[in-house]
Amino acid sequence: MTAYVARRLWQFFPTLLGVVLLVFCLFNWVGGDPAYMLAGKISNPEQIENIRRQLGVDQPYAIQLWIFIKQIASGDFGASWSTNERVSDIFVTRLGPSLTVLVPLLVISTLLAMAAAMLVAYVRGSLTDRAIMIGCTVGQSVSILVYILVFQYVLAYQLGWFPVQGWGAGFAENLLRYSALPIIVGVAVSLAPDIRLYRSFFLDEINQDYVRTARAKGLSEHRVMWVHVLRNAAIPIVTNVMIQVPGLLAGAFLIERFFSIPGIGREVILAVERSDFPVIKAVTVYVALATMILNLAADLLYRVLDPRVQLK
Amino acid sequence: MNPWILAWRRFCRDRLGLVCLVVVLIYIVLMTAAAAGWIVSDWSKEVGVSYAPPRFLGPEIPSKNDSAKRENPAPTRDDTGIVDPLAKDLAEIAKELTGGSATSEARAATLAFGGDKWGRDVLKKVVKGTETSLFVGLAAAAFAALLGTLFGAQAGYYGSRVDDFFNWLYSVFTSIPYLLLVLAIAAVVNQKGTLTVILILGLTGWTGIFRLVRAEYMKHKVREYVLAADAIGASGPRRMFVHILPNVSHVVLVQLSLHVVLFIKSEVILSFLGFGVGVDTVSWGSMLAEAQSELILGKWWQVAAATAAMAVLVTAFSLFTDALRDALDPRLK
Repeated sequence: MTAYVARRLWQFFPTLLGVVLLVFCLFNWVGGDPAYMLAGKISNPEQIENIRRQLGVDQPYAIQLWIFIKQIASGDFGASWSTNERVSDIFVTRLGPSLTVLVPLLVISTLLAMAAAMLVAYVRGSLTDRAIMIGCTVGQSVSILVYILVFQYVLAYQLGWFPVQGWGAGFAENLLRYSALPIIVGVAVSLAPDIRLYRSFFLDEINQDYVRTARAKGLSEHRVMWVHVLRNAAIPIVTNVMIQVPGLLAGAFLIERFFSIPGIGREVILAVERSDFPVIKAVTVYVALATMILNLAADLLYRVLDPRVQLK
Repeated sequence: MNPWILAWRRFCRDRLGLVCLVVVLIYIVLMTAAAAGWIVSDWSKEVGVSYAPPRFLGPEIPSKNDSAKRENPAPTRDDTGIVDPLAKDLAEIAKELTGGSATSEARAATLAFGGDKWGRDVLKKVVKGTETSLFVGLAAAAFAALLGTLFGAQAGYYGSRVDDFFNWLYSVFTSIPYLLLVLAIAAVVNQKGTLTVILILGLTGWTGIFRLVRAEYMKHKVREYVLAADAIGASGPRRMFVHILPNVSHVVLVQLSLHVVLFIKSEVILSFLGFGVGVDTVSWGSMLAEAQSELILGKWWQVAAATAAMAVLVTAFSLFTDALRDALDPRLK
């Protein structure tokens, strides 16, 4: 186990180096000279030269790359180009709102999707199963944008059940008042693909020998489904949820943007709109690192939940 | 018998799949016709009044507020006793303007499925948007499939160092969440346009196809027919692309079809955020972006049209992909 973890951690380095190289090539080579962008329209050569020196882009590429690696290692990406806020501060202050929405969203959508998937897998082939599956296909084909637009318009604007957008100061207020609608939208969007995926996990288990054995022993259907099948089907589901987290952190940007939640996703969108390279660079590198760590954690969790799995 | 004919026969047995294929083909015909300029070439013409409602709703009846507003200025002027010195000139200009536009083109009060802010026909706009979105989806999927197949073939066939390199590339690209990578590249390129979107989506989306093609090549390269090709002196690339590729092409085809759906959805999000197609192009995403402010005014038809067009295509394409997979890989069932 320790040897496995050590080897996996060792494998992080080439991948992380690749991510760093990719981001570096994108922003320092394809992205062009940032000095012209920063200096704005009215600028003289002196100013541009000054900015170039401050950013270190007048150095050769190798030294620029070294500066970038030092930035990653120290966690100090300097200040945002547009707001002059420190990038590390941006991270710390935006993580809270993002998690306030994401954690309840993940928990609720996973539980609901598991329940629905178990039901349709149990009655597989029936009319209910087919109706729900067709519903999921259609639900998946509608853009997430439409879900947000319509839910926000109907539930918040027309019916007035929720605030249209905004964010408060207190945690309880944020969670119960401002996060409610974003969570509902997020659950509605993720339900269809999740049910389809989890249904296949349940179907894999339902056809196994141990289920037939459990039934042959005379166990109640209730116990077979909720104890035997659920426990086994939960293994891929749990790891699947863990792998989703980093993507969601950056991927919830549409929800955060529409509902004006000051989270990481909205920060990414703002940074892209303003060509704020330090923020995008930092987010990309750290989210990649988080993805790798969570992937490893998912593999280890898989091992803990299912001792038959051999880590190699 | 040719396995493709067998697959086609299996496909024909799936009624739902056939219906979906017809729907997809209709969309492709629409796309081609719009691209060639046979239909909706006048989509940007402002034919109706601003926010013209759909024909089945009837023309908008001016509410009391509007007429009250129009009558308002006169009494206020009397109250203050100040006469606007430009009023006469302005009125003349206004008269000229309205009169001028009325003579040049009569604006319709209603349109088949409503109009947008500038009075453009939403129905034509949707068809034009279909052209953009579907083309981006198809082209980006083709590009991603090309990259994925090329890389996967090299990695799976040559193994060892080459395989290590491509696996490294794969792990780098997959460790960054897909949409974040797309946005990061969009931020750097900072250039809108259909071609840019296709390149961005293709360059980021090849990983899934690569993984599957690589596995197929690893499986196939030790098969007897490949060894036989080797024995008669076929070169590496020839074995890869002439002998093995036809035997794994069904995997690529199904993946291609899956990725079209994924890329159409991504294009809509990118264009909605304003990083996608250019301002002079209309796509479903840019229509939805306009719809955001329209919805608050109660003008729902543009969002409904774009959503319906997209939902029908994506549903049909997904079900078609399922049928295609069942037909091409009968063992799966």
